[in-house]
Amino acid sequence: MTDEIRQIISEHGRLAVDVASLSDDADLYQAGMTSHASVGLMLALEDAFEVEFPDAMLKRSVFESIAAIAEALETLQKQAA
Amino acid sequence: MSATAHAEAAAGAAERDAAFLAAVRRIADEVAGPNAGDVDRDARFPAESLDALRAERALSALIPLELGGGGVSFRAVATACFELGRRCGASAMVFAMHQIQVASIVRHLDSPYFEAYLREVAADQRLIASVTSEVGTGGDMGRSIAALAPGEDGSVSFEKQAPTVSYGAYADDLLTTVRRAPDAEPGDQVLVLTRSEQVTLEPKGTWDPLGMRGTCSPGCVVRATLPAEQILPTPFPTISAESMVPVSHILWSHLWLGIATDAFDRARAFVRAAAKQKPGQPVPAATRLSHLLSDLTLLRAEVSSGLEEFLSASEEPGRPRLSTMAAALRFNNLKIAASEQAPRVCQGAMGVCGIVGYKNDTPFSIGRHLRDTMSACLMVANERIHETNANLLLIAKEV
Repeated sequence: MTDEIRQIISEHGRLAVDVASLSDDADLYQAGMTSHASVGLMLALEDAFEVEFPDAMLKRSVFESIAAIAEALETLQKQAA
Repeated sequence: MSATAHAEAAAGAAERDAAFLAAVRRIADEVAGPNAGDVDRDARFPAESLDALRAERALSALIPLELGGGGVSFRAVATACFELGRRCGASAMVFAMHQIQVASIVRHLDSPYFEAYLREVAADQRLIASVTSEVGTGGDMGRSIAALAPGEDGSVSFEKQAPTVSYGAYADDLLTTVRRAPDAEPGDQVLVLTRSEQVTLEPKGTWDPLGMRGTCSPGCVVRATLPAEQILPTPFPTISAESMVPVSHILWSHLWLGIATDAFDRARAFVRAAAKQKPGQPVPAATRLSHLLSDLTLLRAEVSSGLEEFLSASEEPGRPRLSTMAAALRFNNLKIAASEQAPRVCQGAMGVCGIVGYKNDTPFSIGRHLRDTMSACLMVANERIHETNANLLLIAKEV
């Protein structure tokens, strides 16, 4: 899952650095992701993983790292199953 | 806590709020109001209002009792902004902006330094201004160009080009947004506190605006060197989402509502005077006043519901709702709606009063109200906020 997340971040996160250089726990905002870019990332994640993030999940902390995004997606996929 | 202790604490809190509001109403009526015309005409700082507020210890109202503050509720402080706004928009704006800075510290209190600092604010009634906007960021408060540069002996320094610094020359302390380090990304911001002796403000340009003239907000180059402990430990994006932005929009909208309410009251006084002059005859302006009441009521409802939603979200442990995009949309919309509706009400009031509303020297003058509320749409430009909201609307589900 994290490989796919990394791919989507590289396309939509508009980071200041190469996503390959970041650990799963690295702070994406500190790596240059803006609030504006994060919305594009969220839309792309919803599309790719066929989920909808509820409002309670649409917050900075849920998208601040690859690990946090993976955890959120797993939570949603479990709920859907 | 026992039920009795709970009841006693609640009664104590209600008494503190009532005493605080009685003092603020008195200051609004006896000090801010009588000086409002002069403050506006000369674009001078409302020093009498601030002196009176200090004497009543109103600058530390939001600071908890255990830190020497007033232990007053946020609701009462919002009401105080409304009450001051009814008498002097500039006094209300200075008071509101100070309380925004205090709230941003109190709600994210996480260091012995800032606990001690709040005790000082309470003891000395220190006035705090903010430096959040910056030349070159396009009005985006979530990005900074200025950065903290590490110095010797653990100090840090920065230089920031600020397009406006409200009452900067009259403030004891400043809260400034900067990037965390010279190599940090634009959004990697922290808030830093500086005391006047640690700062130089180099004024850029003059201050001769249309309204809110008493806020004395010329541009400045801010240069400061400070100990690293004066950096707020909580990252600015968190402070911004949970406190600074919603608190700003709520307190501003309360004072804009105050200004609009006084404009309405003047229009009503005008209609009553006209009705008394010709008893039994129809007063055409009375119908316009009724239309105006609808406009004022809409503004009042939006301001009130914004406050209630913020208070209920603030009570939850960790305040999870305030960091959501839905909350950002909610409180952004409060700012946009109130800043558009307040000058509309003032213009309507001028329409009711006619020439005596247009003239600057009658009991029904509306000019200052109209000019003051016209600043609302560009204190953080509405178009900038609409851009943010447009993006958030792509992803938020329930708005």
